[in-house]
Amino acid sequence: MADIVVLAKATVDVSAVKIDAETNEPILKGVPMKMSDFDRNAMEEALRIKAKLGGKIKLLTAGGPEAKDQMRNLIAMGADEAYLVTDPAYASMDYTAVCRLLVAAIKKMGHTDIILAGEASIDLYSGQMGPRVAGALGIPSVSYVRKLTPDKDKLVVEREMGDIVEEYSVPLPALITVTKEINEPRLPNMMQILGASKKPVTEWKADALGLTAPDLVPRSRIKGLKALTMKRKNILYADDAPVSAGKLVAALRGEGVLGGGPK
Amino acid sequence: MTVMIFSELDSTAGELLAKANELAKGLGTGTIALAGPTNSKEKLTRLGADRVIHLHSDAAAMPVLMSESFSEAIATACTEIAPQVLLVGSTRWGREVAARVAGKLGWGCALDCTTVILDADKALNVERLVLGGNAMSTEVFTTLPAVVAIPPRTIPCNAEDSARKLEIGDKNFVLPPSKISLVKTTRREASGVKLDTAQVVVSCGRGLKNKDDIKMVTELAKALNGELGCSRPIAADLKWLPKEHWVGLSGIKVRPKVYIACGISGQIQHLAGMRDSALIVAINKDKDAPIFKAADYGIIGDLYKVIPELMNQLRTCK
Repeated sequence: MADIVVLAKATVDVSAVKIDAETNEPILKGVPMKMSDFDRNAMEEALRIKAKLGGKIKLLTAGGPEAKDQMRNLIAMGADEAYLVTDPAYASMDYTAVCRLLVAAIKKMGHTDIILAGEASIDLYSGQMGPRVAGALGIPSVSYVRKLTPDKDKLVVEREMGDIVEEYSVPLPALITVTKEINEPRLPNMMQILGASKKPVTEWKADALGLTAPDLVPRSRIKGLKALTMKRKNILYADDAPVSAGKLVAALRGEGVLGGGPK
Repeated sequence: MTVMIFSELDSTAGELLAKANELAKGLGTGTIALAGPTNSKEKLTRLGADRVIHLHSDAAAMPVLMSESFSEAIATACTEIAPQVLLVGSTRWGREVAARVAGKLGWGCALDCTTVILDADKALNVERLVLGGNAMSTEVFTTLPAVVAIPPRTIPCNAEDSARKLEIGDKNFVLPPSKISLVKTTRREASGVKLDTAQVVVSCGRGLKNKDDIKMVTELAKALNGELGCSRPIAADLKWLPKEHWVGLSGIKVRPKVYIACGISGQIQHLAGMRDSALIVAINKDKDAPIFKAADYGIIGDLYKVIPELMNQLRTCK
C-alpha cells in the first residue's frame, strides 16, 4: 500500500502565448491554462504504482482559484483526493514561497511514501521545484527518471546522465521527477471526466497550513519578460529543386561557409 | 561575505569562477570554490578561487556522484561559511544539487541562467529562457543569499594563472552517504557525436518518412563536414536517433556556423536549441512552416528532391 502525492502545476498554455508587437513582450493575460504536460506523466506513473502496490493517490497543486478547473483533467485520470493550496499573494510568489506551501501541505497530509512530479513545468522549464521540495523535506530524490519499478519499500529507477544510464534503488519516502518517456498518459473517458467535476477539491489557505505572511515572502521577483525574436534574412527560394539548390549553394558559398566541402 | 562556487566539472567550475570573481568585485568580497572528489584543488586555485574548501567522503571512491550527499555537504558549508551567492554548474546533476540545497536552506534559487549580473542597485539579476523558449525572463533577487545555476559554456573561463598558490580554507566538509544506492550503470551506445561544439549541423525532422531516409541527411552533413542533428519527434518519440542528436529546449543547444533544418517545422522548442547558430537554413515543403521565419535562407520544396540536388551541387562546386 503506497501513499502517493502527485505534484502538479497549472500554467499558461505555452503554445498559445502570443507576442505584443509593440512592447515585444509575451501576452500572458487571457491565455488559456492547462496542467503542465509532464505532470500527466507523473499522474500516470502514480496510477501504475497504485495498480501494483495498492494505496491512495493525492493530487496537490499550488495556485490561484483558476487552477481548480485545470486539476479536473488529472483528477479524471484517477486521483483519489485533490488538494489546492492557494493564497491571495500566489501570483507574486517565487519558488521559495511556493515550495513552503507545498511542503506544509505534504506534511499536513500525513504519511507519504512517494512524491511524483514532472521533470519541469512547461512555462518556466527549470526543474527546480521537485528536488527543492525533496531537499526541504529531507528525503532522497531522483530527477529525470525514465523508468520506475515499484516495490513495497523501495523504488528501482532508471535515468540517463549523458552517456551513462544509471539505475538506483531508492528507499521510501522519496521524491521522483519523471520525463515524458516514462509512460504514455491515459486519456480519461467521458464518464471519468464527468465524475471528476463532481469530486471535491480540498482548498487549503496558508493559515490552514500554519503559515503566516512572513513565511511566504518571495526572495526574488520577475522584473520583465522579453520575447525572443529571431531576426534572420528570410531569403526563400521556391523554384524547382535543381534551381533552388543551385541558388542556395551559391548563397552559402557567398556567406563563406562552404570551406570544408568536397572538392 | 563571499561568492561560493561548485561544479563537478573543473572546466565549468573555471567558468563559474570567472563569474564569481566578477560578482565578488562588485560586492566587495572574495571567492571560494568547493572541491569534491572530481575536482582538482590546484586547478580551481589557478582558475581564480581565493580559497578552496574540500568536500570529502569517508567511504571508498564513489562510482557515481550522489546528489543527496553533495547537497547535504554543500548546505552545511553554506550555513557555516554564509556566502552571499552560491553558483553551481547547471548540468542535469548540478541542477538537482542546487535545488536540493536551496530547498534545505530556504534560499532563493534560479537554474539555467544564461546571464548573471549585479544591476545598478547592486542587486543580483539573472536571465533565463522561459515559455518554451519564447521569452527571456529577467529575475531579481530581492533577498540574498541565493543559489544560481549557470550552464556549462555560458561564461568564458579566465586563463589559468599558474602563479596562484593553493589556499586551503580551514574548514572541510564530509559528504555523507546517500540513502539511495546505485544498482548499476550502463554505458549507452553513444555515437560519439558532440553537437554542442559542432561547426556545421544538419538536422532532420518529421518531414522524413522512414528511418532509412536519415542516411540521406547524414550524407549531406558529411558532405559539409558537419554533424547530424534532429528534432524532438525523431529522437524522443520515434526513437530513430539517440538523444545526442536531439536539438532543442530539452535537448542539446547548438551554436554552429551553419544550421540546416530539413523537414523540421520550426516549433519554438526546437528553435530554442539552435537560435544561436550563425547562419540558419531551412528546407521544408510547407511554405507556412514557422522555420522559415527563423531562417536566413530557405528552400520551399520537397527535401527528397532538394537534398539530392544539394549533394549534386556540392560535389561539383569549387
